[in-house]
Amino acid sequence: MTDQTITAVPSADPAPRSRRAPNRHLTGWLMAAPLAVVLGLFLILPILTIVVVSFWGATEFSIYPAFQFDNYAFLLTSEVTWRVFGNTFKYAAITWVCTLLIGFTVAYYLAFHIRSLTWQVALFLLCTIPFLTSNIIRMISWIPFLGREGIANSALLSWGVIDAPLDWLLFSDFSVILAFVHLYTLFMVVPIFNTMMRIDRSLIEAATDAGASGWQTLWHVIVPLTKPGIMIGTIFVVTLVMGDFITVRFMSGSQSANVGRLISNDIGLLQYPSASATAVVLLITVLLVIGVLLRFVDIRKEL
Amino acid sequence: MTTIPKVRYSRRSMLRTGAAALGATALPAPMVWGQETKDIVLRQFGTGVSNLNDVANKVKEDLGFTLEMTALDSDSVTQRAATQPDSFDIADIEYWICKKVWPTGNLQAMDTSRIIQYDNIVGIFRTGKLNPTSTIAQGTAPHTVGFVEGPGGTEFVDNESGWMTLIPTIYNADTLGIRPDLIGRPINNWSELLNPEFQGKASILDISSIGIMDMAMVCESMGEITYADKGNMTREEIDRTIAIFTEAKQNGQFRAFWKTFDESVNLMASGEVVIQSMWSPAITAVKSRGIPCIYQPLEEGYRSWGGGIGLSSNLSGMELDAAYDYINWYLAGWVGGYLMRQGYYSAVPETSKAFMTENEWGYWFEGKEATDVITSPTGDELAQAGETRDGGSFEERMGAVACWNAVMDENQYMVRKWNEFIAA
Repeated sequence: MTDQTITAVPSADPAPRSRRAPNRHLTGWLMAAPLAVVLGLFLILPILTIVVVSFWGATEFSIYPAFQFDNYAFLLTSEVTWRVFGNTFKYAAITWVCTLLIGFTVAYYLAFHIRSLTWQVALFLLCTIPFLTSNIIRMISWIPFLGREGIANSALLSWGVIDAPLDWLLFSDFSVILAFVHLYTLFMVVPIFNTMMRIDRSLIEAATDAGASGWQTLWHVIVPLTKPGIMIGTIFVVTLVMGDFITVRFMSGSQSANVGRLISNDIGLLQYPSASATAVVLLITVLLVIGVLLRFVDIRKEL
Repeated sequence: MTTIPKVRYSRRSMLRTGAAALGATALPAPMVWGQETKDIVLRQFGTGVSNLNDVANKVKEDLGFTLEMTALDSDSVTQRAATQPDSFDIADIEYWICKKVWPTGNLQAMDTSRIIQYDNIVGIFRTGKLNPTSTIAQGTAPHTVGFVEGPGGTEFVDNESGWMTLIPTIYNADTLGIRPDLIGRPINNWSELLNPEFQGKASILDISSIGIMDMAMVCESMGEITYADKGNMTREEIDRTIAIFTEAKQNGQFRAFWKTFDESVNLMASGEVVIQSMWSPAITAVKSRGIPCIYQPLEEGYRSWGGGIGLSSNLSGMELDAAYDYINWYLAGWVGGYLMRQGYYSAVPETSKAFMTENEWGYWFEGKEATDVITSPTGDELAQAGETRDGGSFEERMGAVACWNAVMDENQYMVRKWNEFIAA
């Protein structure tokens, strides 16, 4: 069957194909060229540079070309690196769970409970309003809110819920994750909402007709069909959290570290080779995580 | 008239400062010719502290040439001075940076005979002693990296050789800042930073080279460690210092660490922190919000820092002459007065006196009670009549310096340990 089609196609109309072939190839290459050049210049080349520099050596205020494994050796044998990578994964995992739960719920509500398309669009736009201000401002505005003499603590005190201000609200892992969830939930909402909107409603009716309860429909029909959206959202959230450094620095009051902060510290101290090595290890880690995620869902097929 | 521009001061400063200003104007007489002077552009870079646009404007007004200012953080400043000698004419750097950068040969020594006010430069920068009886503090004391043997010298010498590496411009003594209203008792020692009484209410700055010094002041004050030289610790001393602070961190002593000026102001002003390492203008910023804040003098003394301007080795001819004019102008008092009214000190305080009111001079330099409102050069009220400066007079503050900002031989090791401390 397959042999037939492969051999059949060229034999069907050999004359025009051979005439057009070089031309068509050329057009194809030309059409692909702009994107290839842009990606090559602005993605591949910088990454290659980072990889190359990660093998260089550094003195206190200069770097020199070399091919040595010192940076990696120090990085991979240091206990700090492992602890910091562990911390980074912890932030990513907790943020992922929170954004997924909130994001799925919001998307589900928008897609299945709001009937009119106008309201769906209006409410969806409402979700994006916080994004009209900068990332940093949205994050920093938590600081006065959560502070020892902030609104949260004074409200809780005046309601009599607590006797003394809660210190763990700010400059803690709690505040870091809170900021992450606040910043990145929308990245979960959008792709999930998008896939949910494309679920054929008759499938849900069919499930109901077949006697499925609401939870059964959700678990056996909607969740499987929403997987590609969940996966795209997951990739967004995980890569954003793992690459972040500024949120962790501000919200933990510089008291916690993640990989991004290791890199930013190294850059501040002009240790570019060491920063590059850390960046390469982080890049490989993130690619591995994404690789594993893609094993679960074939996004290309589902889209 | 167009050939030789005169040094002009505004009518107001002339009237205000009277005869003293007249004396000062005579000193920095420019030696370069007017029309060509206007085409000269000197590129200066340095940390934000003294890279002020007001200074560049005043240079244009008084000396006629253009000064381009670039402000960078101290790591970038070090890198630039060390690796890009063609990108600047004048480097405004700290003395510990000079120690790192001088061996690269990117800066040239200055002939002190061309520095008009040389003999009046504060003793700290020449002999290391504020006055003949003072002891020399630990760390990178400015005079130890202040002189080289000759014009092309690469080794620092320990005497006034006549060839200076940096002309001192600005310096100060740092200590802990406290919130007296939230502490309610006197604070007299560095060790109070780790006092469990302030658990969850202390902070330290997350800039390793300076933070480690503050840590050392604390550990020494606690009686835990005695350092041979806080500015040049051994690996063992670094380990022990970091260990003490790591333990404190894990016990929740610190509310946060700060890296920028604004962060330190916000931590203090919001009451999140009641005691922390701080810089002088940050105290002023907290006070200007009406919140009580003291730059607490401590028994063990101050951690001090100083900056100066150095000349690129590429400078020659008329540009070099212009640079000398600039240095002489810098020491002639206007800039000094400007900086001293922010709470810093200038290298030749006497010339600055002419550009300050008697009240300002008394408050900032002599440690006297203000007789009238003290305002900053930008017009913010900093103190009311009757208040005195924290720490008192110049002699009291600069005479009690325990160590200078420094760069250690074990710097890279220290930085790694610092990263461990932050991640702990």
